[in-house]
Amino acid sequence: MTELLRIEGLSVTPVAAPDRLLVNNVSFSLASGKTTCVVGESGSGKSLTALSVMGLLSKQLSRAQGKVIFQGQDLTSLNNEQMRQIRGRKIGMIFQEPMTSLNPVLTVGYQIGESLTVHLGLKGQALKSRISQLLEQVGIPATRANSYPDELSGGQRQRVMIAMSIACEPAMLIADEPTTALDVTVQAQILKLLDELKTRMNMGMLFITHDFGVVADIADDVVVMFRGEIVESGPVTQVLEHPQHPYTKALLACVPDAEGKNPLKPIDYAWLEAGSLKDSAAVA
Amino acid sequence: MSEFILTARHLNKSYSQRSGKFGFGSTLVKALDDVSVSLRAGSTLAVVGESGSGKSTLARCLLQLQPLDSGEVLFQGRDLAKLSSAELRQQRRHLQMVFQDPFASLNPRMRVGEIVGEGLLVHKLGSIAEQRAKVLQMLKRVGLTEADMQKYPHEFSGGQRQRIGIARALVLEPKVVVCDEPVSALDVSIQAQILLLLKELQQEMNLSYLFISHDLRVVRHIADEVAVMHQGKVVEFGKIDDIYQNPTQEYTRNLLKAIPGRKHQQNIQEMNPA
Repeated sequence: MTELLRIEGLSVTPVAAPDRLLVNNVSFSLASGKTTCVVGESGSGKSLTALSVMGLLSKQLSRAQGKVIFQGQDLTSLNNEQMRQIRGRKIGMIFQEPMTSLNPVLTVGYQIGESLTVHLGLKGQALKSRISQLLEQVGIPATRANSYPDELSGGQRQRVMIAMSIACEPAMLIADEPTTALDVTVQAQILKLLDELKTRMNMGMLFITHDFGVVADIADDVVVMFRGEIVESGPVTQVLEHPQHPYTKALLACVPDAEGKNPLKPIDYAWLEAGSLKDSAAVA
Repeated sequence: MSEFILTARHLNKSYSQRSGKFGFGSTLVKALDDVSVSLRAGSTLAVVGESGSGKSTLARCLLQLQPLDSGEVLFQGRDLAKLSSAELRQQRRHLQMVFQDPFASLNPRMRVGEIVGEGLLVHKLGSIAEQRAKVLQMLKRVGLTEADMQKYPHEFSGGQRQRIGIARALVLEPKVVVCDEPVSALDVSIQAQILLLLKELQQEMNLSYLFISHDLRVVRHIADEVAVMHQGKVVEFGKIDDIYQNPTQEYTRNLLKAIPGRKHQQNIQEMNPA
């Protein structure tokens, strides 16, 4: 098992308030052909962690500390031009909103082709046939290359986004809540598709989600974040079935179960803060 | 009076949609196709379905926020569509709604006290002092404070805003509350808080809920009965346990199969912290 990505001691702070740690000393790694899910509530720092890997933090935020080692290279030491060579080429990205992530005035075929032209220099017939091939890989008829985003359903748009992100056969895919805006049946299809592509292309997948149900379906490893810190991490069965940290237990307990057997339990943040957080900080 | 507080019979509603290359043609889309559902007093009926199944249209038509093409909606035995606009306005205090998006459904220029009190003002219920006392009591009941009355919606988090939306709907002491995806925009821990709050308030105020949702895990926890909608039709309707355990329709089975993480759920819940 080859290590693809290693994040070491990553911290993110607002430029205006360097003492506030939005992401605090986060470390974990990801292997080729595996999926690591980063789980947490809003504000836990899970999306910021993903954006830091890509070097896409907004100007108001800065990466205070830490290394992002991808295929043996520290991405934090690269300049913008070098990062651009990696984004889209070696690391693909999918975002939450398939409605707003596509350009409405360009055909989906053109948008898929863009990265192929930029990174691989494909043109003409070679480009066309690669676009058709990609569309069929994600389950969309190749004739749809001439459609505009508004002619597609939400699930199809997300499939187009996936086609774009895997166009250059990246070694790693970062997916930030890619199924949150979709219906459950469509969500199940997209998760299955991502899982198949991951296996076939031996990609490493960094998957950001707030839904433990999705984690159970797709993850090999899980990283649980709370207020910028990792509170627990490990293989999926271990974290879901034998959670050690009180926050992980509490977060799992407020997920409604499909059988409706167990009462819902909101998280008691006061109780967490009253010390139980620190007691088991060494779980990860 | 029957045990049903709200009954919809044979509702039909179509929209015309532009079609053809330049949008000159039009096709009819049936949002509601002969839909009949009934809501028992004091219970929760969930309407589930995917985007475009007609569940939100059903909610709006039941409250007469949109005119029906045909069919009748009986509230306490009276057909709402046949009421005059003045009579309908009077009935509306008994029929309230909690909206999906807590960011879009509160007027950003009004203080929380005004937002929650507006219904009392419109329906001229009690003196100003009585109204204020009632607003305060309701806000406290949903977990907010007196100081919050003077604040504006942007000063609150998503979960708190949804509490404001609930207070606004319930301050009129309605009989029926339509909740249109009330927790879908919230974090899972906040979602659990709001669901529990809705359940408690239902008991205290003897409310009947029509609960629109696409999340079958949430529905399992809040509903007594379920109507499954698909392409404008109710394809399955019955008690929650029956439908989750023995769905008769292929469509319902597929929906249930698509719930993420089913295999792990049981193990997870056994690990609840004490």
